[in-house]
Amino acid sequence: MKEMVRLQGITKKFGNNLIIPHIDLTIADGEFITLLGPSGCGKTTLLRMIAGLEEPTSGQIFLDNEDVTTFAPYKRDVNMVFQNYALFPHMNVEENIRFGLLMKKVPKEKQNERIDQVLYLTQLEDFRARRPQQLSGGQQQRVAIARALVNNPKVLLLDEPLGALDYQLRKNLQLELKNLQRGLGLTFVYVTHDQEEALTMSDRIVVMNAGRIEQDSTPDNIYHNPSSRFVAQFIGESNFFDLDKENILAIRPEKLNICEEEEENFVHPLPEYYGTVVDVVFYGTIDKVFVRLDNSNQTVVAYQYFDDVKRWCPDERVGIWWYPQDAVGVKP
Amino acid sequence: MKKNWRSSALFAYSLAILAFLYLPLLILTLYSFNDSRINAVWTGFTFKWYIALLHNQRVLEALTNSLMIAAVSTFVSTILGTMAALALNRYTYKYKAVINGLLYLPILIPEIVMGLSLLVLFSQTSVPLGKVTLILAHITFCLSFVIITVNARLEGMHKDLEQAASDLYATPWQTFRYITFPLALPGIVAGALIAFTLSIDDFVISFFVAGPNSTTLPLYVYAMVKRGISPEINALSTVLMFATISLIIIAQVLQPQHTSSKKEKE
Repeated sequence: MKEMVRLQGITKKFGNNLIIPHIDLTIADGEFITLLGPSGCGKTTLLRMIAGLEEPTSGQIFLDNEDVTTFAPYKRDVNMVFQNYALFPHMNVEENIRFGLLMKKVPKEKQNERIDQVLYLTQLEDFRARRPQQLSGGQQQRVAIARALVNNPKVLLLDEPLGALDYQLRKNLQLELKNLQRGLGLTFVYVTHDQEEALTMSDRIVVMNAGRIEQDSTPDNIYHNPSSRFVAQFIGESNFFDLDKENILAIRPEKLNICEEEEENFVHPLPEYYGTVVDVVFYGTIDKVFVRLDNSNQTVVAYQYFDDVKRWCPDERVGIWWYPQDAVGVKP
Repeated sequence: MKKNWRSSALFAYSLAILAFLYLPLLILTLYSFNDSRINAVWTGFTFKWYIALLHNQRVLEALTNSLMIAAVSTFVSTILGTMAALALNRYTYKYKAVINGLLYLPILIPEIVMGLSLLVLFSQTSVPLGKVTLILAHITFCLSFVIITVNARLEGMHKDLEQAASDLYATPWQTFRYITFPLALPGIVAGALIAFTLSIDDFVISFFVAGPNSTTLPLYVYAMVKRGISPEINALSTVLMFATISLIIIAQVLQPQHTSSKKEKE
């Protein structure tokens, strides 16, 4: 696979604050890669370094095999979609989209052709003469994407582009964005702290924590085989069972099963733990059953589906069991 | 019912305040149209005092002086102030708060102190008093207002806009030319209008640093008053007042009214 972006030995300090101790990362051409992590983990800084808006303290950045580490942002063939869109308020939609082409001195006819294309692609044809202030959040977001796409950049950088939108709209735009990326075959580097967004859209997820890469893999693998306790906790929900200092078992709540304490004939593995149901919380498609384990302060959570034979209630005595293949050993 | 009573009381109170503020100005304006030479008696409506003004060579000279001094000091203070505001807004450096405070201080210093200190400065450096010293003095007190006005506009601007322009292949100069400057322009124009108004209006500081042949309108009005208040002064003051009010209204309209927060709500 052709390489598009390579970050090599990147470190970043703000003053005496070491934000990124050391990162190596290669991004392939046409890949949808997501940098996922809690706020302050360095994901946005990394994105801004690719754009040229921050300079790495040390290390090199290659774009399409060219060393662009010291290039100013306006000399890099990448475009960014900002978190608050950063649309120019004194220009209308069309002028906003034209800006990059104008600066690159693209011939006028070519400009118009490209603008018509992206307006069609982002369904903004009816809004070309509007000012950003006259658009809804979702429409503004589309303009921001169109303004970046029109330049046909080598890489599109997206900094939590859906963060300011409400849940329903975010869901729809997630699919739209993914389809757009697939259709154009463009390289997308997407920054988010929303694990659900990362799982649904990405070809590959880079989970970051405190300026380090915790895990770099496919969404499926990240979810089912988290490498560390942090990843298992940050992406989805997990129950942890400490076997000893070095070995921790992580089990997803949907893989954790509850049975009666005094069950006669076990047709499944024997319970590993026993405890008492402390709470059952309604979550729409599921109930979450919280169980306090005997002889410890630990509370685990399991999902209860509405077609389950038995519905659990608080204060019931239960056993906890799982299939061995559903337990993942993770680093502390 | 009770609420109704309250709101009408509040309305009456507001009217009283407005009357307190504007009655003197209103009376001045009215008497500028009074046919009688004596202020106290209303004898009929006339424009003659305004016409007399137009034929008064010394008034016209003072007006020319005022306009020239205001134009030059506005031009210079707007350019210097805008550059200062851009620098203050863009860069972070040591003692930024102190430097900011020093820039705002001239607004708070009593005018008489400012006038006196400028006079001392000019006489120490043996600069002859006249139009040049007036212009220098006016630039001094206009500068702070321009900086504050332009800075307010820049503060309301998202920092991301310039970065977005840079990301869209605009060089630093192009970013300034197409993004920063057009967005800051309403603030710059508002600052210039305030500077112009302040310069046209200024009496105290001008009184200290004016020389021969550099009498401005306010100084001329003061000189006229010493010979008794004539309807001609009323007319001149009315003209000055309405010119000032219109400039201030234009400046207010151009001032940023939390444009960014409004946008976020939408």
